[in-house]
Amino acid sequence: MRLRLPFDTQIDAPSRFPTGIRQVIARPPIPGLKLAFIVLNVIGLGLNVAIGFVVASGALDDEWYDFRDLGLAVGQLREGLDDRFDPAVSYVVTMLIGGVGILSLIGVILILLPWVERRLLARFQVRRGPNRVGPFGLLQPLADAFKLMQKETVVPRGADRFIYFLPPVLVFIPLMLVWGVVPWAPNMTYVDTNVGVLYLIAVGSLSTLAIFLAGWSSNNHYALLGAMRTVAMMISYEIPLSISLLAVVLLARSMQLSEIVAWQADHHAWFAFLMPFGLFTFFFSSTAELNRTPNDIAEAESEIVAGFHTEYSGMKAGLYLAVELGHAVATGAFVSTLFLGGWSMFGLEQWVPPYVILGVKIGLIYFVLVWLRSTLPRFRLDQLMAFAWKFLIPLSIIYVLVVAVEASIFARWDVPGLIPLAAYAVFNTALAWVLVRRWSGLMGYHPGSEPLRPVMATGVGGLRAARQLRGEA
Amino acid sequence: MTTATDPYVLNIGPQHPSTHGVFRLRVVMDGERIQDVEMIVGYLHRSMEKLAEERTFTQNIPFTDRADYLAGMSNNLGYVLACELLSGVEVPERAQYLRVIFAELQRIASHAMANGQLVSDAGAWQTPLLYMWREREKILDLFEMTCGARLTTNYMRIGGVAFDPPPEFYPAVNQLLEELPDRIEEYYRLLIDNEIFLARTTGVGAITAEDAINGSLTGPMLRASGVPWDLRKAEPYCVYDRMEFDIPVGRHGDAHDRFTVRMEEVKQSVRIIRQALDEMPSGAHKTEIPLALRPEPGEAYARVEGPRGELGFYVVSDGGPAPYRFHVRAPSLINLSLLREMAIGASLPDAVVALGSIDIVVGEIDR
Repeated sequence: MRLRLPFDTQIDAPSRFPTGIRQVIARPPIPGLKLAFIVLNVIGLGLNVAIGFVVASGALDDEWYDFRDLGLAVGQLREGLDDRFDPAVSYVVTMLIGGVGILSLIGVILILLPWVERRLLARFQVRRGPNRVGPFGLLQPLADAFKLMQKETVVPRGADRFIYFLPPVLVFIPLMLVWGVVPWAPNMTYVDTNVGVLYLIAVGSLSTLAIFLAGWSSNNHYALLGAMRTVAMMISYEIPLSISLLAVVLLARSMQLSEIVAWQADHHAWFAFLMPFGLFTFFFSSTAELNRTPNDIAEAESEIVAGFHTEYSGMKAGLYLAVELGHAVATGAFVSTLFLGGWSMFGLEQWVPPYVILGVKIGLIYFVLVWLRSTLPRFRLDQLMAFAWKFLIPLSIIYVLVVAVEASIFARWDVPGLIPLAAYAVFNTALAWVLVRRWSGLMGYHPGSEPLRPVMATGVGGLRAARQLRGEA
Repeated sequence: MTTATDPYVLNIGPQHPSTHGVFRLRVVMDGERIQDVEMIVGYLHRSMEKLAEERTFTQNIPFTDRADYLAGMSNNLGYVLACELLSGVEVPERAQYLRVIFAELQRIASHAMANGQLVSDAGAWQTPLLYMWREREKILDLFEMTCGARLTTNYMRIGGVAFDPPPEFYPAVNQLLEELPDRIEEYYRLLIDNEIFLARTTGVGAITAEDAINGSLTGPMLRASGVPWDLRKAEPYCVYDRMEFDIPVGRHGDAHDRFTVRMEEVKQSVRIIRQALDEMPSGAHKTEIPLALRPEPGEAYARVEGPRGELGFYVVSDGGPAPYRFHVRAPSLINLSLLREMAIGASLPDAVVALGSIDIVVGEIDR
């Protein structure tokens, strides 16, 4: 039996399957597709070689068409506009360009990253992950978004309707604001404010307010618990986070993010090497503020279902998930900017566009976040609070004192600082190691003091045998 | 000014990610502390014990694997042992060995599920669960190969087992036994020393040996509390008296001990299956019994060491083709009864981990 179908797939129904199962013959390959791929690859390779040649011959240095720093082109445009029009015009135009750039960046992140996260998680979990919608399942996030938009929005009875509808929109604002201060290249920062670090701390904790509104207005105990956990965690972890940033500011002598990156690029030293404990504090506190594993207690699935967004359905829930993803990537950007040299890569930024370097670093941090999520169990709320107040905060304060002394010595030094910096790096790493070991011992942490595996008994018995096994008479 | 907090009621379940089925906890909480727990069961009640009075002894076998759907083989085994005790049907030796092999494979599959679920409840986002399911899948494939079903196996019969395993069963099971010890060490490396997992499970839901015996706990729960009690050794059925194995016993009776005891039991099960495969004689795998078995009037109680504890089947016959009374001693239900003691005074996450460490199957609780 042969069926004729409107599309070019032939369906052949062999007789040994009387009903149902039919063998589908694959569509014949499109002629010339392979050749087209080869030609495209050759063209791409040629383009790369040409770019390398142009960069090497110095033809691009600080001209407006220097694609390694898109800020130069905008600057050129601004000058041209200033010549002809009122300064307000150039201001508005450049702001619009940057704004559109940041918004489209967030859009691309939110469309692409759910797929990346799910695929990575699947690989960690010996699964395959989404691979049905589009090539490699790339369109899965879009399909999910369409599905979520079609869903009915259920408002729980007794919810405070106005406040209930507000937070899904409110949480988006800090996400967009926080991307504004990221330096992508020497001249490529949307708002290069001189209080960048302060701005970061201020804006970074704004979304907690929206989350608390969501938890409070849902009229649900799970949501309320999640919201209270979020607030408790934000209050606790904002302190070590700020202190770790203080150490960076002390050494770089600036709160301007572009200055901090420039300091690292100039001295060929990342703050990650100079203060590894600061990097750990910042990263761990960020995961706490992000609700990422191991600190995802605010939406701990096995305990409080979905935390503050338990009662949200459809695209409202989707927005929360999207914002969380965006914040995770933003954290990647700030960890790279503050501790991993931002757009600099020991001279490689002369050859590769700095924003590509930053993008790769963000991707790596994000990979680490997904890795943690797929590996670690979750802390309990009181353990997390104890870790912040008993461990991170005292150690950060000791650490920032040491860095303050080092910074004051470094400021008096006249010779180029590579040797003192190396000494600082060695000293700070050793200090972090000693501090962590001593302090955890002081707090009663003794690993390996208890046998972890069970006793093997050969015979059966009751309570008397149990007492014998315990070593009692 | 003084501030006071009011306790509030939180309904955990019947639909909740960590109640493992339709099971409901009505919790009175003060902030994150649990003041009181009321366990509400019955959402999955299918009236199996009453239905069994209307069906013949053989027709009741499928009910048993639908009670504890994660340990169908063990439940089948307990029921057919009770029926054989009642009717005096002889079982061929090969069938005895096959029963041991499949009951132990089922124990491995069930423990993999239990431990994976426990780590998932502790917050590891499904990764350990899926790793442990990898082995469980292979065991379920073996079941499918032998009897055509994966969970509701309906494999044990009164007087033997339904089918002899096919020839491709033996290489597959040998390969699985080769892999399993390495896999268990891998899980140990991944989890047993994990600081977060230790912090979440040590001391959580601890039960002393005395309390465990008073609460009539059985299975891994009892052994984790330090009591070396295992029906396979204490009251051997099938051919367990010919097998050599040890009983893993915990030290503190907390969730971590239950986890490690289950892990070690998997190792011991591998030992038992190896011995059973080596010693298994050839011959018939089933005794023919009449279509409608009519045992003499009387009663029988058979108990086996299921993955969750003592799994007892009480069958009464009045001489007719159907049991006069059929009752299951479900280990999940009795183990669950101590959750209240474990949860009161603990915080919500601890109670969830304690519940996960009990390893309940709601189908068995409600039957």
